[in-house]
Amino acid sequence: MSLDAAMVRATAPAILPGSGGLRGALSDLFWRKPKVLLLLMLLPPVLWLGIVYIGSLFALLAQSFFSIDEFSGLIDREFTLKTYGDLFQAANLDIILRTVTMAALVTLASAVIAFPIAYYAARYARGRWKALFYLGIMLPLWSSYLVKIYAWKLILAKEGILTWLLAKLHLLWVLDAWLSLPIVGGNSLSVSFTGTFIVFVYVWLPFMILPVQAALERVPGNLVEASSDLGASPGQTFRNVLFPLALPGIVAGSIFTFSLTLGDYIIPQIIGTSRLFIGQAVYSQQGTAGNIPLAAAFTVVPIVIMGFYLWGAKRMGAFDAL
Amino acid sequence: MRSDGSQSAPLGLKIAAACGLLFLHLPILLIFVYAFTTEEKSFVWPPPGLTTQWFAVTWNRPDVWQALSLSVRVAAISTAIALILGTLCSAAVSRTRFFGRETISLLVILPIALPGIITGIALRSAFSLADIPFSFWTIVLGHATFCVVVVYNNAVARFRRTSGSMIEASMDLGADGFQTFRHVVLPNIATALLAGGMLAFALSFDEVIVTTFTAGQQQTLPIWMLEELIRPRQRPVTNVVAMVVMLVTLLPILAAYYLSRDGDQIAGSGK
Repeated sequence: MSLDAAMVRATAPAILPGSGGLRGALSDLFWRKPKVLLLLMLLPPVLWLGIVYIGSLFALLAQSFFSIDEFSGLIDREFTLKTYGDLFQAANLDIILRTVTMAALVTLASAVIAFPIAYYAARYARGRWKALFYLGIMLPLWSSYLVKIYAWKLILAKEGILTWLLAKLHLLWVLDAWLSLPIVGGNSLSVSFTGTFIVFVYVWLPFMILPVQAALERVPGNLVEASSDLGASPGQTFRNVLFPLALPGIVAGSIFTFSLTLGDYIIPQIIGTSRLFIGQAVYSQQGTAGNIPLAAAFTVVPIVIMGFYLWGAKRMGAFDAL
Repeated sequence: MRSDGSQSAPLGLKIAAACGLLFLHLPILLIFVYAFTTEEKSFVWPPPGLTTQWFAVTWNRPDVWQALSLSVRVAAISTAIALILGTLCSAAVSRTRFFGRETISLLVILPIALPGIITGIALRSAFSLADIPFSFWTIVLGHATFCVVVVYNNAVARFRRTSGSMIEASMDLGADGFQTFRHVVLPNIATALLAGGMLAFALSFDEVIVTTFTAGQQQTLPIWMLEELIRPRQRPVTNVVAMVVMLVTLLPILAAYYLSRDGDQIAGSGK
């Protein structure tokens, strides 16, 4: 008898008999070989995500190297870089530049508005108030995206509540002056870039608050006190103590605000001008124009931008703040 | 000055935080007022009068019911798939350390980390390459993919707090693997799964960006709403639907919050 077999006998259960039947055999197998169980558990999700999602991403990449026949409107399934070349037409570059600028501005504004809320929630809110703050951020985050946009259509409409409020305050001239400006202005707020910007900030703001709050929760309160004990003004404390410690959280939040703005096509379509953003270009290319290759190539742009962005964020330690 | 942690915030900070929260909530409240307005043609404020007649009109609209029914069916099936896949994945990732563990977490999170339009156009390209016609199942395919992460996040957080020695104790006491799962593991993670499932349902019920690429001619409720936003037909009906959608998504979120309240991980962080 080999040594191995003797070992097995020695370690075999002394009291319990081996379980019988298929169920018992399976159960025993999983206990003896945890790797089999692990494999069985991982297989369905990995297969699903691998085939449906990663597979689709590859299909997208493949499509971006195809081109459309301009006469027949059919897709020519042969490798070409022509579609990527089309991206560099002035009109398309314009769209990319406009979207990236908007994403950067939205990110900046979200960070400014998010910071006081996150700081208050992290440092001063306790007990019941803390829960209230948490719900106050989670409810707008999770409530219906389209309804939120719709609410802003109601607010920003020419006959809407904002105009009414400004008229009551005798401040209508401010609005008119702003709307008469080039680029940011327009007929009314709901058909201007200003409107698009406000709605973007509104819809993505909770995504900024949560990581900033998480980062600020980790700052010990006595650090701030020490700073003021040593004679720093509140402004100096903010610049030299709070802001550097909150920065990873802000960068983490900016991943969401930046990436979501880059890819959104519904907000600028409902509240905004007729000038396109990347998302709208993708949508109209695949829909009415039937040019899936160009739509695919357009989608690669935010992927590449986000790739660089994530790489930079990782170097700043933003992922620890997520 | 003593630092007992109970000092109150500077006034400026209080005002800024309060304004921020008002900015987040006032627009949502406005929806509730507009559902009762008598005005049909414009978004005029203040409402010229209040009425409940639009609830009856909406109730009798077959297109709203059809869209609602499609949305509920899609959300239910996507949630079921996400529950199975998310639980399996979280159990595997939190039970053992293995090669490629980080990659799997990334794989689960990716569909929600990349903008929805990428998921949408990617699925659309795949359907076009594989000549798959649009159907109920193409919508489910997309929704289930990004719902997995919500279930996964909730379950992973719960597994982290559940001690592995309980499983060993159960096995030592003679339970087989299935009995251990049924009587020890499942009761422990049940509320986390319920919370994850509710959030997944809310996410699917509300999703519009991916759906526009995978639905073809079918209308889910968000697509119906999007159509109304772009080409308004009967504004009061849209107002009522908006309010109902708001209420319907609010309930699962609140329920999920109470279910995972004492959790160390925030249920929805990472929508």
